[in-house]
Amino acid sequence: MSAHDVDVDKHVRTYIIVFVSLLALTLVTVAISYLEMTTGPAVALALLVATVKASLVACFFMHLISERKLIYLVLGFTVLFFLFVLLGPLATEANQVGV
Amino acid sequence: MTDHAAHHPAEEHHHPEPGFLRKYWFSVDHKVIGIQYGITSLLFLFFGFSLMMLMRWQLAYPGEPLPLIGNLLGASRMPGGVMLPEFYNQLGAMHGTIMVFLGVVPLAVGAFGNYVVPLQIGAPDMAFPRLNMASYHVYFWGAVIFVASFFAPGGAAQSGWTSYSPLADIAPTGQTMWLIGMIFLITSSLLGSINFITTIIQLRAPGLTFMRLPFFVWAQFVTAFLLLLAFPPLEAASVMQLMDRVAGTSFFLPSGLVVSGQVLEVSGGGSPLLWQHLFWFLAHPEVYVLILPALGIIAEVVANNTRKPLWGYKALVWSVLGIGFLSFVVWAHHMFMTGMGTVMNAFFQTTTMIISIPSVVILSALILSLWGASIRFTTPMLFALAFLPMFGIGGLTGLPLGLSSADIHLHDTYYVIGHFHYVVAPGTLFALFAGIYYWYPKATGRHLSDTLGKLHFWPSLLFMNGIFFPMFFQGLAGVSRRLWDGGESYRHAQDVLWMNDVMSWSAWGLGLSQIPFIVNFFLSMKRGRQVTENPWQATTLEWAAPSPPPHGNFPVPPVVYRSPYEYSVPGMERDFLPQFEAGPSDPEAERAAIPQPVPAE
Amino acid sequence: MSVTAIPYTVEPRPDTGLNNVKLGIWLFLASEVMLFGALFASYILLRVGADAGTWPRGDSILNVPLATLNTAVLITSSVTMVMAWASCMRRDFGKFRLYQGLTVLAGFVFLGIKYVEYTSKFHHDLFPSTSTFLAIYFTLTGLHALHVIGGMAYNAYLWGPGARMWKSDLEQFTNRVEASGLFWHFVDLVWIFLFPILYLL
Repeated sequence: MSAHDVDVDKHVRTYIIVFVSLLALTLVTVAISYLEMTTGPAVALALLVATVKASLVACFFMHLISERKLIYLVLGFTVLFFLFVLLGPLATEANQVGV
Repeated sequence: MTDHAAHHPAEEHHHPEPGFLRKYWFSVDHKVIGIQYGITSLLFLFFGFSLMMLMRWQLAYPGEPLPLIGNLLGASRMPGGVMLPEFYNQLGAMHGTIMVFLGVVPLAVGAFGNYVVPLQIGAPDMAFPRLNMASYHVYFWGAVIFVASFFAPGGAAQSGWTSYSPLADIAPTGQTMWLIGMIFLITSSLLGSINFITTIIQLRAPGLTFMRLPFFVWAQFVTAFLLLLAFPPLEAASVMQLMDRVAGTSFFLPSGLVVSGQVLEVSGGGSPLLWQHLFWFLAHPEVYVLILPALGIIAEVVANNTRKPLWGYKALVWSVLGIGFLSFVVWAHHMFMTGMGTVMNAFFQTTTMIISIPSVVILSALILSLWGASIRFTTPMLFALAFLPMFGIGGLTGLPLGLSSADIHLHDTYYVIGHFHYVVAPGTLFALFAGIYYWYPKATGRHLSDTLGKLHFWPSLLFMNGIFFPMFFQGLAGVSRRLWDGGESYRHAQDVLWMNDVMSWSAWGLGLSQIPFIVNFFLSMKRGRQVTENPWQATTLEWAAPSPPPHGNFPVPPVVYRSPYEYSVPGMERDFLPQFEAGPSDPEAERAAIPQPVPAE
Repeated sequence: MSVTAIPYTVEPRPDTGLNNVKLGIWLFLASEVMLFGALFASYILLRVGADAGTWPRGDSILNVPLATLNTAVLITSSVTMVMAWASCMRRDFGKFRLYQGLTVLAGFVFLGIKYVEYTSKFHHDLFPSTSTFLAIYFTLTGLHALHVIGGMAYNAYLWGPGARMWKSDLEQFTNRVEASGLFWHFVDLVWIFLFPILYLL
């Protein structure tokens, strides 16, 4: 376990950097909402920033960047199924004939 | 490798003997919990079936008073003994809900899964025993809520087990209780699935690689993933429908909805189809939850009673994984009539046709396993053999339903009811009976009577077909589901109305046929032929444990040396070689069996 | 090894590299992704299906400054949470207590701000029943808040009575702190998406 202590110090430095980045990105999120944009690009940009923030939390706070393959496998399928539940109804909505 | 046994298992041998409550109600032992699930679910299967037997009176003799029982149910349900349509709808919705969520799944997964899986992988218990106990209790109290809903003003849920909005949004109080009950049930399932997946991955005995797992464990593994990932959208939908009913939201209420001549005072802007998408996103994988454990049980019983390895183990494994994955992309075949365009209809029709392939592979492998076999016609094997053609009929009748053009005629008719009941009733339920007859000796140390078993089996098989086969004809004739009078008031149904009588009498016959089973179940606990560890001369790990197994299951932790179905090995005198027995050619097996670290990338 | 003891409760299983709790909590989080994912999908469907011009911009109804503050609060609590875990790894009980306590405190602040938000809405006659937008707003943030409460409860337990395990089995305690942290970070993650989607678009 003592080998971990060295790792922990490195981790802590990373945590502080991520913390500051997250706060900065939060301000960015709010700032870009003031820009004049149509809904499409606005949504895309907002989601992009949110994804970057979420990735920082997931990779570094949740240690996902150094996690095991099995966890990646589980999460991979989860993301895929989430896309199904999102895109399936949207696609049927787009292809709707009757009410 | 030391293990910190610092957490306190409830049953360490130097603690004083726990009291009744701690031992039987608040147990953390997977076997006790499995039996809790088993007893509770069997009671609910009988209760749910009784609701149907009541409905079948109304279907065979619409508008006629039911002798004796009819008068007991009160004026709000059966005034003068005659069933009200509202009560018929309650019976229908609750029959479906109870059979699926309080009966079959808790029995197939909660009971069989909990009891057998840790034993079959050589583990002392599930990975999270206290979570396991919590799962059962959440199920139990959810079940209480469902039963209580019958006594709510306006009665129980009555909008089908599918609870479609907007009808379910405006239905009486019982629907709110249904939604709360479902949230309990879903939570119970989620907790259970986390336990199953972790247990199967982490607690396999040394030497038990994934490709040496009994097919039953593979089936439970995939089932657990279905429960884990498909249920949450229904939980989300249930919360939203609850909000619609209790907080006046309009998630599923479109604008301008008129109820009883008046425009509904809500914000509108919601989508009834959203409910359907979220519901079926769960409910389609749910039907695979209903069948996969059953296929697992059949595989075990067939291998054991043919004295041969299963045909196509690898094909079985890949097929069950394929079914699990594909089940997430077929759901809108339940929605072919909702106005989807041809593109989406074609998409879901295609995925539905594709998913039939692995299903057929599994059924074929099980049937091919019979070729050249020395079949032992034990009671579990009788149920397993009957399962095969029954599941075949169920599966085949699913095909026209999966084709969107044929579905135009068949949607929401009795054809659908016939299809899914074939799969679940003489399908899954028969498999579950096979499992009970097969594993009862392990759990109790005694055999169930073979004679009573046959008395249970043959009439059940006959009456199952008597109930469900006519449904295909009624459906083809155009008789709709959920008709309180069984089609009596429709001209197009007149020629097939006589089948209602056949079906109802078969239903009551099926009810009576369960009596030998119930008698057998209780009598054999005290009077059954006693057994030791391996009465069926089987090969999987559960048969290494005593019957019944003690806390911790295995006096000596087992090691696995080979694949799960080594029956009739050439050159051997005995016709089976268990996974857990070291053979003469296994000198290195023990050392090689310990899980090795995966090399770093 | 006692026959009744369950293996890999603390040390990882060699071939998977995981202990049971870590696998279990990630599986739970996977189901939570589907839960919140379904709600997000519902939001998108309801918005896309709404008549043109009827769906309000979030910032026209909701309090952006308060929500921005809340975002900062949750992000901070995520850092304190992971620092609590790091303190366990460094065997520093005092620091663990401090960071874990700050995490719970941040949770209270978050809930407090949410309380102010909600009551302000009700005061202005803005209820879930008022519009589909408000319906999904209250449902999403309400469910999220319930998860915050759940996470806080377990974190408070680890800070308080649960901390007894520090003495008896530090390794297992550290694993529990890590597992609780994973849940807490997930709750933060959901908010990271909730905030722009509901408040800014």
